[in-house]
Amino acid sequence: MACIEARGLRKAYGATVAVDGVDLTVQEGRILGLIGPNGAGKSTALNAILGLTPFQGELKVLGLDPWRQRDELMRDVCFIADVAVLPRWMKVSQSLDYVAGVHPRFDRAKAEAFLAKTSIKRTSRVRELSKGMVAQLHLALVMAIDARLLVLDEPTLGLDLLYRKSFYDTLLNDYFDHSRTIVVTTHQVEEIQHILTDVVFIDGGRIVLNRSMDEFEAHYAEVMVRPEDLAAARALGPIHERAVFGRSILLFDGVDHAKLAAFGDVRTPSIADVFVALIGGAHAQGVAA
Amino acid sequence: MNTLTDAVPDSIPQARASTAAPTAPVRPLYWSLRRELWENRALYIAPLIVAALVLFGFFVGVGHITSDVNRIQIDPDKRQAVTAIPYAMAAIAIMVTGFVVAAFYCLGALHNERRDRSILFWKSMPVSDLKTVLVKASVPLLVVPVILFAVIFAVQLVMLAVSAMVLLPSGVRFATLWTQWPIFRMSVVLAYGLMTETLWYAPIWGWLLVVSAWARRAPFLWALLPPIGVIIIELFAFGSGHFAHFLGQRLGGGLDAAFSDTGSHQAMVDMAQIDPARFFGSLDVWGGLVVGAGFLAAAVWLRRTRDPV
Repeated sequence: MACIEARGLRKAYGATVAVDGVDLTVQEGRILGLIGPNGAGKSTALNAILGLTPFQGELKVLGLDPWRQRDELMRDVCFIADVAVLPRWMKVSQSLDYVAGVHPRFDRAKAEAFLAKTSIKRTSRVRELSKGMVAQLHLALVMAIDARLLVLDEPTLGLDLLYRKSFYDTLLNDYFDHSRTIVVTTHQVEEIQHILTDVVFIDGGRIVLNRSMDEFEAHYAEVMVRPEDLAAARALGPIHERAVFGRSILLFDGVDHAKLAAFGDVRTPSIADVFVALIGGAHAQGVAA
Repeated sequence: MNTLTDAVPDSIPQARASTAAPTAPVRPLYWSLRRELWENRALYIAPLIVAALVLFGFFVGVGHITSDVNRIQIDPDKRQAVTAIPYAMAAIAIMVTGFVVAAFYCLGALHNERRDRSILFWKSMPVSDLKTVLVKASVPLLVVPVILFAVIFAVQLVMLAVSAMVLLPSGVRFATLWTQWPIFRMSVVLAYGLMTETLWYAPIWGWLLVVSAWARRAPFLWALLPPIGVIIIELFAFGSGHFAHFLGQRLGGGLDAAFSDTGSHQAMVDMAQIDPARFFGSLDVWGGLVVGAGFLAAAVWLRRTRDPV
């Protein structure tokens, strides 16, 4: 069964259309990266999926209408929307008590075991923790919930590199088990590329790219072309070209890898590079990917 | 045989899941309420502080009171009224504190979580907006009155014990004290008074919760401005003060609605004046409850649809 099934999903705030006719199917057991520039409609789409906002069009999450059947849905769905949204007055021990009290699928021992690996004290209040520790605590709470869908909306924004890395490593090693589905948005695309199974680019409320990582790797290729081959390489219709240390790197979509090998080493481009190629041009200035 | 052995391990986790999944429906409500008290410790700390101040004042002044009592020993009726005054004043001081704290609680209850964005955490838990708002409404409607009753009762008990210690050596018999300080009768009056005042204020709690769920900032101002605006407009447009009178009735009329007027000029309402038939037969009471319920429904809807601020 598809975990998320959207047909013509649309959401407008007054005259501003945040999500403009999105068709998306996410199968169970996938890790989907939802990538887009600021204001692309990522958060709005996720809010619709989480039943936080009404929407137009068809949307089913785990077979339920997220807006009308939200209460039922939240037993199987969990999310981290933004960093540091844990209430600042709460003690770490209270957060464990509370989630254990209200969530039937919460495994307290699991959360405790995860916290034991951190330097977070039970008696601390959230306001006394660093931003990275708050993210760890939130992840500990969420990972101990046996949810079928986990949505992460910029869960590591503003954290340093070490916290970000351990966040995603923990998620992949201790949580993901191929039956759960994870949807994640982040601006640090390169850091999650290796954990994704699928990638979706969204811009201006529309889906620009929707591929599994296998397809992504098969389609896109990047070659650092020798100057003398540049004209020949350009004839194959690269979708993007950039210069690094005076040499040109050309990005191709759907061109036979064997043909490209004639110009130099062929490698799989990063999601960030493809993102810039597909979306960066539309925005006059380069968008932080 | 194979199908049977295959079926057994499958059915066990299923059975376990079905017994574990439906937790008692009160459990999330209980923990949601606990969480309100964790966040809003003023709900019980403020009445306790006032209680401590009241007791301190009483200890300091206990000498005057007993001498007053002895002076007017001749008229037992008058004496009872005089001795009841400190008890009543203690009850009123603590009660007013509790209601003020409850009002501020309501103003913040659905606003603070949007301001600090923690609503995104609360909403990631399987607690519906309806349950959340009902739990929050139960704080002024249930939790605060219970806290107030416990604190006031304890304070009055301590006051009684202290007066007894002061008076008994001067030859007053304990039995006399007991009849003169009718603490248990007073607590029945107290419980009834707290219950009726709380219900009488239902539309006010509801209004404060709606404003809390609606306002982007300064819920305190938004709670006050509309009623003040209506009063001013009415005054200038029609030269009348019906709405002001109506509001005054709502704020100060709770005791009138709950206790019958026996014409006595006692400082304390007493047992004989308890009049549930009058209270629950009053259209004002039921009207207030209906309006309060309407406000709560609006607060649920707002919590569902409003974005964090």
